Amino acid sequence: MITTDICIIGAGPVGLFSVFEAGLLKMRCHLVDVLPQIGGQLSEIYPKKPIYDIPGFPEIKAEELIENLYQQILPFKPTFSLGERVDKLSRTEDGGFLLTTSDQTEIKAKVIVIAGGLGCFEPRKPELQRLEHFEGKGVVYMVKDPEKFRGKKLIIAGGGDSALDWSIYLTEIAEQVTLVHRNESFRGAPDSTEKVFDLAKAGRLNLLLNSNLHALNGNGVLKSVDIMNKQGELKKVEADYMIPLFGLSPKLGPISEWGLNIDKNAIEVNTFDYSTNVPGIFAIGDINTYPGKLKLILCGFHEAALMAQSAFKFVYPNQKLSFKYTTVNGVNAF
Amino acid sequence: MIIFDVVDRAGNLQKVEVPEEINLNLMEVLKASEYPILATCGGMALCATCQVEVAQGLENLPSPTDVELDMLDQLPKATPQSRLACQIKINENLNGAVFHLAAE
Ligand SMILES: Cc1cc2nc3c(=O)[nH]c(=O)nc-3n(C[C@H](O)[C@H](O)[C@H](O)COP(=O)(O)OP(=O)(O)OC[C@H]3O[C@@H](n4cnc5c(N)ncnc54)[C@H](O)[C@@H]3O)c2cc1C
Ligand code: FES
Repeated sequence: MITTDICIIGAGPVGLFSVFEAGLLKMRCHLVDVLPQIGGQLSEIYPKKPIYDIPGFPEIKAEELIENLYQQILPFKPTFSLGERVDKLSRTEDGGFLLTTSDQTEIKAKVIVIAGGLGCFEPRKPELQRLEHFEGKGVVYMVKDPEKFRGKKLIIAGGGDSALDWSIYLTEIAEQVTLVHRNESFRGAPDSTEKVFDLAKAGRLNLLLNSNLHALNGNGVLKSVDIMNKQGELKKVEADYMIPLFGLSPKLGPISEWGLNIDKNAIEVNTFDYSTNVPGIFAIGDINTYPGKLKLILCGFHEAALMAQSAFKFVYPNQKLSFKYTTVNGVNAF
Repeated sequence: MIIFDVVDRAGNLQKVEVPEEINLNLMEVLKASEYPILATCGGMALCATCQVEVAQGLENLPSPTDVELDMLDQLPKATPQSRLACQIKINENLNGAVFHLAAE
């Protein structure tokens, strides 16, 4: 069980900056994100793109902004659960909250800050009958622990860099790797592409180009996958695991089940302090909505600052808050 | 006027008319016409939430650029008719085309 003052759901730029604003008011934070890395959309969708509307930075690459935010919050010793989705949120008897993640991690907090952006990043899924039936029973969307695939027969589907990179890596571990791709060439990094073709030539990788996943077979657990080529010919490939790697895309996810007022996939908030209809739960950044809302990083930062003022009353109900500039006291690390 | 057909996710077909000199892409027009397209990346070919299937008139469109192909190539449900609406400029090439919004 992790115990903290504030649990922040989402480690995008707005979740990260909240740690700083909370830290100035002596509140400790734990962050949870379903992605294995911090940074939200900036890390997942556009790490190398320059951003031009961050105050004080005429131009900054998305990944650099995230690194800077990380450095900025380090004095406040945030803790993280990455690669885990927050599934459940319930109240505790002392008026706080208990969160449970997809890995059954439990987090107890006095305040919840939802900085969930456009929602949980989830894998794009192929269109296959009975796909759900095989999820967790042979179909996996993420390689968390490569050792799980030792000596197994794998099918990897996809044409992007992650499909190429994992295919190369897993040929060392698995008994057999089949890579299925719709087109006849790859647009990923030239090095990886060359490596994949070399492995295929050497007979160490079963490369099926111009082919699509067609059907999943097995009684309870995955046994084999039917793969169809452009000519319409079917091939049955035995498999213990199939790993579709078609990138990630955000979906609102479990946030919709927590009793919050939601309008068009966003949480309604009071602009006084970005509180939701549930006392003690705040929503900031892309995930919230209010008249005039703009989905911009700088707006999320502002929301984080106001949120922290109100969150203080839940964490230190008997203390009075006096507003101070950082120039007065500096940053007092924990 | 440029006139083309849009078929939404429920299968309803509607004619969309756009003035010729408009400087927009198809994603922007679809959004402005209140079609439920997220366009998370704002038109940078990075999110694929604006994916459409071109049922008619594909041959009149300029071929996809590298950025568009990079994205399409990664998607599970793309076909040879798939395009990203944000990469399609509105001009007279679109007259008579039929676009289906791809499933979310
Ligand atoms: C291509 C592109 C270009 C952009 N350019 C600009 C720009 O120039 N300037 C600008 O200001 N903005 C820009 N934006 C918008 C900006 O990226 C967003 O406003 C910003 O990312 C919002 O930050 P956030 O922290 O609210 O959410 P996000 O960055 O979306 O992060 C939210 C995180 O929460 C996680 N999450 C959600 N639900 C759960 C859950 N239940 N459990 C665990 N984790 C969860 C998600 O996985 C995600 O990582 C751009 C966006 C894109 C896509
Ligand atoms: S709007 Fe994101 S790919 Fe078109």
